[in-house]
Amino acid sequence: MSASAQTYTGKSFTGQTHSGHRGLQLEEPLIFEQGSPERSAVDLPHPPACADRLGGLRRREPIGLPGLSEPEVVRHYTRLSQKNYCIDSGLYPLGSCTMKHNPRLNEKVARMPGLGDLHPLQPVSTVQGALEVIHTCAHWLKTLTGMPGVAMSPGAGAHGELVGLMTIRAALEHRGDRRTKVLVPESAHGTNPATAHACGYRVEAIPADERGRVDLEALRGKLDRDVAAIMVTNPNTCGLFETDIREIAAATHEVGAFFYCDGANFNAIVGRVRPADLGIDCMHINLHKTFSTPHGGGGPGSGPVVLSAELAPFAPLPYVLSDGERYRLIEHAADDEAAHPLGRIKGFHGQFGMFTRALAYMLAMGADGLRQASADAVLNANYVMARLKDVLHPAFPGPCMHEVVFDDSTLKDTGVTTLDLAKALIDEGFHPMTVYFPLVVHGAMLIEPTETESKDTLDLFIETMRALLTRARAGDAEAFHEAPRLSPRRRLDETAAARKPVLRWQPPAVDKAAE
Amino acid sequence: MRYLPLSDADRRHMLGAIGVNGVDDLFCDVPVEARLDAPVDLPHHQGEIAVEQAFRQFALKNLSPGCAPSFIGGGLYRHHVPAAVDHLIQRGEFLTAYTPYQPEIAQGTLQYLFEFQTQVAMLTGMEVANASMYDGATACAEAVLMAVRLGKSRRRAIVSGGVHPHYRDTALTYGRFAGLEVVASPPAWPGDEDLAAGIDAGTACVVVQNPDVFGRVRDYTPLAEACHRAGALLVVVVCEAVSLGLIKPPGEMGADIVVGEGQSLGISTGFGGPTVGLFATHGRFVRQMPGRLAGETVDADGRRGFVLTLSTREQHIRREKATSNICTNSGLCALAFTIHLTMLGEAGLRRLAEINHANAVALAERLETLPGVDPVQGAFFNEFTVRLPRAAEPVVDALAARGILAGVPASRLYPDEIEMQPLLILAATELNSEADMDRLVDGLRGAL
Amino acid sequence: MANLRFTREHEWIRIDGDVGTVGITDYAQQQLGDVVFVELPEIGKAVKAGGEAAVVESVKAASEVYSPASGEVVEVNEVLQDEPAKVNGDAMGGGWFFRIRIADAGELDKLMEQGAYKDYVAGLS
Repeated sequence: MSASAQTYTGKSFTGQTHSGHRGLQLEEPLIFEQGSPERSAVDLPHPPACADRLGGLRRREPIGLPGLSEPEVVRHYTRLSQKNYCIDSGLYPLGSCTMKHNPRLNEKVARMPGLGDLHPLQPVSTVQGALEVIHTCAHWLKTLTGMPGVAMSPGAGAHGELVGLMTIRAALEHRGDRRTKVLVPESAHGTNPATAHACGYRVEAIPADERGRVDLEALRGKLDRDVAAIMVTNPNTCGLFETDIREIAAATHEVGAFFYCDGANFNAIVGRVRPADLGIDCMHINLHKTFSTPHGGGGPGSGPVVLSAELAPFAPLPYVLSDGERYRLIEHAADDEAAHPLGRIKGFHGQFGMFTRALAYMLAMGADGLRQASADAVLNANYVMARLKDVLHPAFPGPCMHEVVFDDSTLKDTGVTTLDLAKALIDEGFHPMTVYFPLVVHGAMLIEPTETESKDTLDLFIETMRALLTRARAGDAEAFHEAPRLSPRRRLDETAAARKPVLRWQPPAVDKAAE
Repeated sequence: MRYLPLSDADRRHMLGAIGVNGVDDLFCDVPVEARLDAPVDLPHHQGEIAVEQAFRQFALKNLSPGCAPSFIGGGLYRHHVPAAVDHLIQRGEFLTAYTPYQPEIAQGTLQYLFEFQTQVAMLTGMEVANASMYDGATACAEAVLMAVRLGKSRRRAIVSGGVHPHYRDTALTYGRFAGLEVVASPPAWPGDEDLAAGIDAGTACVVVQNPDVFGRVRDYTPLAEACHRAGALLVVVVCEAVSLGLIKPPGEMGADIVVGEGQSLGISTGFGGPTVGLFATHGRFVRQMPGRLAGETVDADGRRGFVLTLSTREQHIRREKATSNICTNSGLCALAFTIHLTMLGEAGLRRLAEINHANAVALAERLETLPGVDPVQGAFFNEFTVRLPRAAEPVVDALAARGILAGVPASRLYPDEIEMQPLLILAATELNSEADMDRLVDGLRGAL
Repeated sequence: MANLRFTREHEWIRIDGDVGTVGITDYAQQQLGDVVFVELPEIGKAVKAGGEAAVVESVKAASEVYSPASGEVVEVNEVLQDEPAKVNGDAMGGGWFFRIRIADAGELDKLMEQGAYKDYVAGLS
């Protein structure tokens, strides 16, 4: 496809219409600016007359909620949806997010009667099939990682990290070992130090070497008997496999500390490498990354944590045990004398709806498919690197894994920043890559195509990036500063939003004079 | 493999462009000993027919509440979700969108979050709400952490014995690891607690639930005043969002933080997850509130738009100093909640709540005719607790075998409290017909 | 002539008798971007040299502001609560954060004078 020679005039596109709509780009007000209190999209019968037993606590004042008919509701949310980019519409080269296709079969099985409508507090005898789903999903995660235990209940990746560190602290306390520090690489995702802190630990940074990996000697220097754990992402946030990972694990274990592995990038190695063989003690897995459950605009996720034999007894409640014939749900510590569960970290039994979806994906892909997926994910990222490395500078030498990170050195003196490049990509119909992460790379651009993108899509993305970089170096900075111009909204004033936060709609002030 | 677009020809071409012979060369950084030569010991890939079959087999081993009269509440409630909700949330632009970090192409997500935040603030009677949490229990634990942050050197939290044990236990776990003193009161049955008596200068907050785990509704205004006189905050938990359509909201009682579970609107009970946590508080506390926030602003053309804001509280910027480590909210579940609530509207929600209460009253009156069953004490919304003349769990199991889901035996939530074994917690919603209630009562009559 | 000193963390302190006015430098506000919120210390709070005293937030970052010297906070710049932008517009003047009664004037000798700070910043880019 050729880039038609569009010149940016620096003026915004002023196609004014009477309605405010622009073709298929439809404006949509807030629900509070529509409707009326007495309308409803739900027909309900009149409540039977009853002597109420509310204890005089009936709500008196109006709540203030708007009422709309069903056609208005459907139109409202349909129009909102049309302002969203999504995987279904295009490539999301977001490093660390693994934006792979979300299969619709997952949605179908999750909603099957007898699965989607169960209540978690039904007698356990009436939900043996549900417990089997959890047990089977757990089995796949343990087998793929080589780990003997798994905590299925965390509600998201960051929650899984928290649980991972909690099991480590519980294990240390159980053996009477009080330690105060956790070591985290400088390149780590912000959840890692936040998690360590939430667990009562202080954080010390582990430097990276010039190859973008944990500096093993520096790590050895920092490991002492006051270190509870190290938190290492592998492959790391620069998209690189930690080559010294077995030595890192050994050094950590030597001082009696634990190795927490952030499994956000498991998609690079699933089916090809088992983290257990690398010496880790626990690792969270993002089902919404590696295992295709939908991102849903920001959640819900699911973050099961695989655990070593030493940590498994401390897994939180509840969990599923099988005796071969029946499944038991262990909700209270007294029900399993072999374990020392650290308690509950969430309500009920975990993100069951995500287990059904993930398991559907696992069954569909199979061990062979997952192995092919990680191969294609790594291939796609390396292809992007190979075809961009003459115009964008890869931050580290050598092959990458499932994602590649470039720095902004080739944009030097152009007046175009990484952010400007990202906004220009929006006009080109692509969601931007991850920007300014990892922090250790200047002006970082972290690109993860995933395995569910075709070569044609990658080629178009590559050619577009090359064209944008050419324009940036030709001195067209103004056009980049104006971007995006074609999206439903232009750049938004985040400073104003933070200085004077408006976090909800407010009814207009009542006109006192009218009363 | 239907989810993998690359052909072998593509792969060969790409390997050539990279300059390696095979994809294994790209895994050269993996230690040789750790490389697997073959797929792991798990089944091979399967087509849709086989996968659906497998799930049908799982489903057949469960008793679906769609096929049985069900009176189970206990923190998650079975309500009717209008058909449009599930269609709308499955639109790809909602289902497969990412977190709205590039707001220019995520106005759909950001606007519905802004609307959700407004609705939650209105329902709870508070000034501001966030864009949701994982669930009610984690929201409750985060509220305790927030109260401690606000309370400077106060590190104690008192949890009422009326708070759902899952919420209590989650708060206990979080508190243990954060070095706080979380005091869990004994189950608040049958009498009332005197929580005010326990507040001291080290107390950051008192946590209560309304309606409580036994279904009882109370006015917490006096307790709020007692907390404030002592310099502590009142946290109120709401597990049944529909109750806010009929009962005085926590904001009007003087609550400082309101947390809860939004599952009742838009989301099936789904065997416990995913659901959606609600979190609301005073405007002046907003910078200490965890979770994501959508805020209103304008774009470069002066048009109104929405962005994630106050992000510097969050982990990806503050790192160690973050208000919490939370990364996700419960996006799609928040969307389902807001769509369902928009469909109901003010009038619809009130009517739905009235029907729920009326059905619960009808159920209570029927149960109170059973020999050995005491009248239900106190105010309730759509859930209450009865004392049976014998242990409740075997009764519930016997009825389940006959296709009736008779509620939650208290011993399921309180296994160590022998005196609570005869207690049965039952909920009635708009989905429970009179025929359902008759079947339940007949079943109980036979089992007691 | 007010006595003006700088820290390596880009705070400045202007000394007048035994009271020091503290703010962040122009370099610091440039690095931060648009300031959206400032968290000021409580009056009466005891601060240590190099200890956390305030927090300054922009859209993309939140930074600790450390006190250049030990002492007691005697005044804070309330204006910043409504107009955090003053930190960007007038970092060295109206964008001041807080004032302390200096406990030990000797500590000030360890801080950079204007020329030295200028050289230090030049070396950072």
